[in-house]
Amino acid sequence: MAKILAVDDSASMRQMVSFTLKGAGHEVVEASDGKQALDKAGEIQVDLVLSDVNMPVMDGIELVKALRALPNYKFTPILMLTTESAGDKKMEGKRAGATGWLVKPFNPEQLLATIKKVLG
Amino acid sequence: MSIDLSQFHQVFFEESYEGLDAMESALLNLQPDNVDPETVNEIFRAAHSIKGGSGTFGFSGVADFTHVVETLLDEIRSGKRKITSETVDLFLKSVDCIRRMIQLLDAGKSCDIPEAKTLKAQYEDILERDEEPSSATDNISSDTATMIASSDADSLVKKWRIGFKPELDVLRTGNDPLRMFRELAELGALQVKADVSRVPQISTIDPEACYLSWQLELCADVSKSSIEEVFEWVIDECELTIEPLTDANNVTEALTEKSEPVPTQKVPESALNEPEPLTGSKTIVSVVGGVDVEPGVRNLVEKQATPDKSKVEVSSIRVGIDKVDSLINMVGELVITQSMLGELGRDFSMERLPKLLEGLDQLSQNTRELQESVMRIRMLPISFTFSRFPRLVHDLSRSMGKKIELKMLGEQTELDKTVMERIGDPLVHLVRNSLDHGIEQPEDRLKAGKSEVGTITLNAFHQSGSIVIQIIDDGAGLNKTKIMDKAVKNGLVAEGDSLPDEQIHDLIFKPGFSTADHISELSGRGVGMDVVRRNINELNGSVEVESVEGQGSTFTIRLPLTLAILDGQLIRVGDHVYILPLISIIESIQSFQGMVHRVVGGCDLLRLRNEYVPIIRLSDIFNIKPGVQEIEDGLLVVVEGDNMKVAIFVDDLEAQQQVVIKSLEENYKKVDGVSGATILGDGTVSLILDISGLIKLAGVQRNEYKLVSSDDGRAA
Repeated sequence: MAKILAVDDSASMRQMVSFTLKGAGHEVVEASDGKQALDKAGEIQVDLVLSDVNMPVMDGIELVKALRALPNYKFTPILMLTTESAGDKKMEGKRAGATGWLVKPFNPEQLLATIKKVLG
Repeated sequence: MSIDLSQFHQVFFEESYEGLDAMESALLNLQPDNVDPETVNEIFRAAHSIKGGSGTFGFSGVADFTHVVETLLDEIRSGKRKITSETVDLFLKSVDCIRRMIQLLDAGKSCDIPEAKTLKAQYEDILERDEEPSSATDNISSDTATMIASSDADSLVKKWRIGFKPELDVLRTGNDPLRMFRELAELGALQVKADVSRVPQISTIDPEACYLSWQLELCADVSKSSIEEVFEWVIDECELTIEPLTDANNVTEALTEKSEPVPTQKVPESALNEPEPLTGSKTIVSVVGGVDVEPGVRNLVEKQATPDKSKVEVSSIRVGIDKVDSLINMVGELVITQSMLGELGRDFSMERLPKLLEGLDQLSQNTRELQESVMRIRMLPISFTFSRFPRLVHDLSRSMGKKIELKMLGEQTELDKTVMERIGDPLVHLVRNSLDHGIEQPEDRLKAGKSEVGTITLNAFHQSGSIVIQIIDDGAGLNKTKIMDKAVKNGLVAEGDSLPDEQIHDLIFKPGFSTADHISELSGRGVGMDVVRRNINELNGSVEVESVEGQGSTFTIRLPLTLAILDGQLIRVGDHVYILPLISIIESIQSFQGMVHRVVGGCDLLRLRNEYVPIIRLSDIFNIKPGVQEIEDGLLVVVEGDNMKVAIFVDDLEAQQQVVIKSLEENYKKVDGVSGATILGDGTVSLILDISGLIKLAGVQRNEYKLVSSDDGRAA
């Protein structure tokens, strides 16, 4: 099963994501902002990053840029958890190097289906 | 797998409250003429999180409402719209509205409130007013609707030809074409042919680039949009063609003709062999477009909400890890002391007595430290209470046309949670009072030679085992003449009496006192300063006022740090030991002949300097056998409660000590005149006396014993 880094400044979202993923047998590392996530990613090589966009300290877009600059995160799938269905955030994330996105609000089943898409 | 989302609700509610508080204070910091982008960002982030969470956990009412708030915030954030004090007020009202909705949800009720509709209409009004309009008013769920509609509209075709030519950089975003093919293979039988024509010479090859492109043939009964969704994340970084093919043979021919023959790549065998109907794709539709909560989940949420109406309120407390650590540390030391004493006890001889005494000393120190650490767990910084004031002052000063600056000092001063909860309302009342009666209108201030902007300062600090909270204003101060006139009119003071300043100021705490010329929205709520004082007294605290006319007033509240422990004075009456709260005791005196006056049909009066103080005999009230009969043989403890003084007749005073308060109401039932009980060192239970209750029980009436001048005392 995969190691997944879940990044969100909202504790309830983080808990929900983490609980769902753990229930599906994944190992989850949590971080509450981009900076923390970057530190964690440096310590542990994860297989997938799920990140919120709007966060204090370092937002999701900055996180993606920083991760892509690390040699061992060049090709790691990074999914943005975004509410901006309008599209410009998605594109900003893509330009920064994000793999894809999952539109909030989502339920656990949708989360797992999306994860499955990326991890196979 | 079905997950019960309700387990995350409490966390969501709590973080929403925090988010709303953050929004509120950021909004109050916002200067419409000089907007700090980081502040706007902070407000946006909070709204955004609440919207995301409420959508996820199925609170669509909150999500819908927050959506419009967020839309307007986003326009402000991106510079499309200017912020005005009108929008700030609208946002503040929205914060209240969302808070109300969350509170309702928290209580297990529906969050459907009319306010939300009114405010939402106002947002839609603003959003439509100029250039950036329509999309803002979309409901969140409309996305889903269109998504589903379009997929329904697509005609279902059995065979599809897909041309996929990704950009060279596609791998650098973590997108793997193989993953997409695998997903397509789940829809139906898939044949993949790679086009290698773009692959350069080995010497110039970039191993991280994707030179391949593909021709795919999918044999599946799916709509075009289901296929597009597979490529959703890369649709802008590739050339994608999706064409329906009705005749399977043509496809194969066309493919073989066009591209160079490259070995066919077979993707997940099982899927290829057995083309599956739509079942698999359904879930994916809901994944990508799925903004709505699935019906199953929503039912669950609703079910959770209904039977919970009478939910018991369990309040939680956040404790700093350092406090818990220190507690654990204390317990560790206690265990060491205990084992040392245990050792001594097993094998005790008189030579080891000093060792025993030393051990007991250590035990008492451990206990005291442990008690302090446990108390500290219930302590929270007073900023929890102070945080509501910026908003209050903002709103009130606007509505009264006054200019007021609020300063808060000592916000980190810690205080017991229960005391904090109960001091909130009295504090609000005092701050309102300072705003309404204290600070003058700007023009009056200028006339008086003061700055146009008035200042209200909230100051909290610890002082000798209590917490002191001050509300200081630089307003007009208390008007002594007005207070005296009013007091005489209400019969609180005799006409022609001259009182020292402090006593005049103190009159504002007497029941039924109000000097406002006309009752305003603020202070005319039927609650006077007497109620403030009573509430504070109930917490074993006190409130006083100092004022200089023309310069302002200072209200000083003193509170015990905790309600669980009380500094008590033990008193003895007959065989019984009672406890008086130390804070309520003014003095203890031995009375001599002539100090006590008997009143026919009433109780005895103690003449104390120039006042008469009723004497209460506990033996009469509690119907116990008194030890001492004659007042001259015992002691009189003068205490204050309910704004009046009484003298309690006791046999003797015993020790002063800290006692742990046990509630009688919880363990037995409410008893008049008694506020609680405690267990003394020798194991006996002792009752803690409630002064105001005693006064009522004794039937002492306030009006008979108001201030009288010393010369008519003899006649009483």
